[in-house]
Amino acid sequence: MTSVKTQQSRNDDGLAAVVPAPAPPQVIKRRRKPLTWDKVSFFAVFLGLPLAIYLLFVIWPFIQAFGYSLTDWSGFSPNQNFIGLENYVKIFTDDIFMKAMSNNIVLVIFLPIITIILSLVLASLVTVGGSSKGQIKGLRNSSFYRVVSFFPYTIPAVAIGIMWGQIYDPSGGLLNGILTGMGLDQFKDFAWLGDKNTAMIATMFVIVWGFVGFYMVLFVAGIKGIPAELFEAARIDGAGRFRTAMSITIPLIRDNIQTAYIYMGILALDAFVYMAALNSGGGPDNSTLVMAQQLFFTAFSKGQFGLASAMGVVLAVATLIFSGLAFLVNRLTGGDKDVSL
Amino acid sequence: MSTKVSTPEMKSLHFQPRTPATTKGDKVVGAVSHTALTIWTLIVILPLLWTFMSSFKTSSEIFASPFALPGEWKLDNYVKAWSDAGIGSAFLNSIVVVAAALVIVMVLGAMCAYVLARYTFRGSRAIYYLMLAGLTFPIFLAMVPLFFVLKNMGLLNTLPGLILVYVGFALPFTVFFLFSFFKSLPHEITEAAALDGAGEWRTFFQVMLPMAKPGLASVAIFNFLGLWNQFLIPVSINAAGPRVLSQELAAFAGQMGYAVDYGALFAAVSVTVIPVLIVYVIFQRQLQGSVSQGTSK
Repeated sequence: MTSVKTQQSRNDDGLAAVVPAPAPPQVIKRRRKPLTWDKVSFFAVFLGLPLAIYLLFVIWPFIQAFGYSLTDWSGFSPNQNFIGLENYVKIFTDDIFMKAMSNNIVLVIFLPIITIILSLVLASLVTVGGSSKGQIKGLRNSSFYRVVSFFPYTIPAVAIGIMWGQIYDPSGGLLNGILTGMGLDQFKDFAWLGDKNTAMIATMFVIVWGFVGFYMVLFVAGIKGIPAELFEAARIDGAGRFRTAMSITIPLIRDNIQTAYIYMGILALDAFVYMAALNSGGGPDNSTLVMAQQLFFTAFSKGQFGLASAMGVVLAVATLIFSGLAFLVNRLTGGDKDVSL
Repeated sequence: MSTKVSTPEMKSLHFQPRTPATTKGDKVVGAVSHTALTIWTLIVILPLLWTFMSSFKTSSEIFASPFALPGEWKLDNYVKAWSDAGIGSAFLNSIVVVAAALVIVMVLGAMCAYVLARYTFRGSRAIYYLMLAGLTFPIFLAMVPLFFVLKNMGLLNTLPGLILVYVGFALPFTVFFLFSFFKSLPHEITEAAALDGAGEWRTFFQVMLPMAKPGLASVAIFNFLGLWNQFLIPVSINAAGPRVLSQELAAFAGQMGYAVDYGALFAAVSVTVIPVLIVYVIFQRQLQGSVSQGTSK
């Protein structure tokens, strides 16, 4: 619409006003509106200010991190020696970091799938679980379920972690209280977070608990955006509930599912807050240690900032690989075909 | 939701209401759906209720039985958590930091998104992609250098430093979301404003910004939740500064191993959870509609 001129063209303007020289025709054609103080100040503030903050506090640290990852910098000494890829070699030969990485991979494989399936099922029940005759409608009182399911998303992750830490408490916790109350006495004093076989599963459940409601609301909104005629047409053609869900609902909210998958995957690669709140030391046998925890510990407790930055780069690359794979899989399975309405 | 099909007038006219006959299969599906959703609702709500109930118990009561109601409904634990454990001052710090960051990021984000969406100039695409890049990179990568950026500016362990960093990291999401919003507003309106003699500043603040209100409201809600829940940024760059709520909560839980006061811990969690929950229930209608806009491209 309007093209922005550089400071140079503004000076031209001023000159042209003093010396009435005929300006080259193409300049007149390009410059539809002269730059005014209004416009210049507008761009300086509207674009300059946000961009300055963003570049200084977000982009600049990201760039620096790549640089630091190639040094042996300890953070507090001025000495900073370039050591090439040595940090990366150290990371990939460090058993503890590799253990953390494999835990992250487990999280990335299971967390998105479990969360999405569960929230998709709940969203379908809410939206199309009603009568199979007449108007397509959801269950009665469905908004109650939707509102309550969203509760965990409003709770800070730290609070969720502390709360579940108490629920899993071996002696006074809610979970063992319920289980022993049901007569399962073998769970009396069972430490869910202290046993290396259950720590990871218990932790994953907490994260799923925290996010199912959010994605359920997202999917409900997506399903409500599908015109009712489509469901009616499918029903007239004799499609049952399951068939409708598989052939109509899921393909049409595919974009939402892909977004949810990528968000959940990125979260699974981080997962720092939940892990730190539930098992700050990394859990029994490091069974819940994640890369982010190791990074934090290396940087702020051990003061090995170069090494920690390299871990950050590994984490970033892992995130990019994951997002790339998710897009690729979606593309290969026909996600690029335009099914939207 | 519930449409009344059989009103008295209809009956008196011998009008056969076209009530969908509920078949047996429907009843089974309905019952199964309600059961499944109720189970999930219980899984969500029971831990919260239990936490709230336990916040009134003494430590010995908590250890005696997880289910027993507290002997007395006293606010002792809340007093302890609020003043002794510092949850009160952390709560106020959180409100100050989040409110300031929210106002700044909404204004700056709206301005930036507006310029990127409504004007084409050399580099506008590049700036937009730079913003997108900030959304995909893990915050973790930035923490170590950020620590030193703030240290050099003298803003480490201060609330203003925290506010600026919050603004920076909330900016990409805000711009990304509002970009599509401003893009969808009709061009005729800007032209009309220009014809009426409004400058760029006036057009934005008096014409475009009021029109973007629904979009701004949803972004503000998500930014609020995101910033209120933020943990990593404060523990990295504000470790020795005035603590915010999530930080204080973690610190409080961390000491628990030594001085066991579980009642106060439950009270601290309740203080953190309940205000936001109340605000959510009030604004939930607004939120439901905006979720899909916010996360799908």
